[in-house]
Amino acid sequence: MIQFFEAFGIWLGAFFTFAIFSFLYKDNPVYKIAEQVFVGLSAGYWFVYTIFSIIIPNLYNPITQNFSENWIKIIPAILGVMMLMRLIPKTSWISRFPISLVIGTTSGVLFLRYLKSDVINQMTATMINPFIGGSWVEIIGKLMLVIGTLTGVVYFYFSKKHEGAFGSTARIGIYFLMISFGAAFGYTAMARISLLIGRLQFLLGDWLKIIGP
Amino acid sequence: MKRKIPLIITFTVGVLLIIAEFIPHKPFGTLSGELEEWFLVISGFAIILGQLSLLKVNTFKIKYKQKDWQYSIITLASFFFMVGFGLLWGTGKSSGIFGHGEVISAVIGIKPFDYLFQNVYQHLQATMFSLLAFFIASAAYRAFIGRNLESNLLLIAAVLVMLGNTTVGGLLTSWLPESLNFLHLPKVSEFIMTYPTTAGQRAIMIGAGLGIIGSSLRIILGIERSYLGGE
Repeated sequence: MIQFFEAFGIWLGAFFTFAIFSFLYKDNPVYKIAEQVFVGLSAGYWFVYTIFSIIIPNLYNPITQNFSENWIKIIPAILGVMMLMRLIPKTSWISRFPISLVIGTTSGVLFLRYLKSDVINQMTATMINPFIGGSWVEIIGKLMLVIGTLTGVVYFYFSKKHEGAFGSTARIGIYFLMISFGAAFGYTAMARISLLIGRLQFLLGDWLKIIGP
Repeated sequence: MKRKIPLIITFTVGVLLIIAEFIPHKPFGTLSGELEEWFLVISGFAIILGQLSLLKVNTFKIKYKQKDWQYSIITLASFFFMVGFGLLWGTGKSSGIFGHGEVISAVIGIKPFDYLFQNVYQHLQATMFSLLAFFIASAAYRAFIGRNLESNLLLIAAVLVMLGNTTVGGLLTSWLPESLNFLHLPKVSEFIMTYPTTAGQRAIMIGAGLGIIGSSLRIILGIERSYLGGE
């Protein structure tokens, strides 16, 4: 029986793979069915994941196992239920209270996190002497790193019109940003193609058994 | 009350978390830890709210026979299968309402939730993303037309990075002498990724970081109130 379900699972996978690829021809009912199955399963997966990984370990278990020490967790539980009130139009305003807590927490956490990791740490990493140590290739690279970061930041300064010397500096920043976007695009394209190769390997290997593992 | 109390909550929580960073002692340190746990639980409920909203939208679609309502039946059926299997027999090491479902697992080989996840969900997800390989090719054609210096830089960087990460790229320049090793395509790709790309990414990170800090301050101080809705 297990062998049957294993084979059935592979056929299911192959069917849904072809169903999604059928979109390359044109939008069709088979693709739409696969798309809706994906939406339903994704929502179901995240629902179950939330219950088992967030609600049970962080709320249900502490309250049921040691209520006297964890009674305060009743508050997020109430706020969570208040969040669900959003589904009913007449009581949707109640959800503002938990949303305000989530927004406040996110703002406080992000304020500090971005200040440290994305501003101070990045600025510190850029404040280097490019001419110390390394080959001439590395020196050129480090110079590019310093100039590229500074000019890129100048480009993102929109309170002053980009003209004259300021505009020229910002233009150099654009060049570095373009190289960065190009490299990111190249990596994304490669990642997608490797996924496509993975699908072909599944169809030709696991399903048709034409190629080996 | 409907607007002022949420604004006070946002301000208090935001300021508390910032203070706790600089004064990590009681009561600020413990309060910030507790608040972050609350945040996690409420976020969990927010995810559930999303699923319930999806159910509501699709049920309405079926009830009022809106355009393509038949597909909503498939969405709901898939959702209930996944949730049902997960809650009844659990997932991975977690047990469900009926325990670990040893009987059904003995027939299928694994838990029903994991069976659906491995044989349907994973294939659908991987194929959906691999489909983008075809669309990214047409996007690349449009993006890489070398009209000006900027698009040429984009084109050259992308091509060099892609070539440098493939076996063909290495073979193309393998004949270069040791003195010109820096022109070897994998080395060029590495150089682009280490220096100019990092510079660009760093500028974006600093710019976005400053933007997020500004937005966070606006929210904490109650200047930005759009999250409260229009009423």
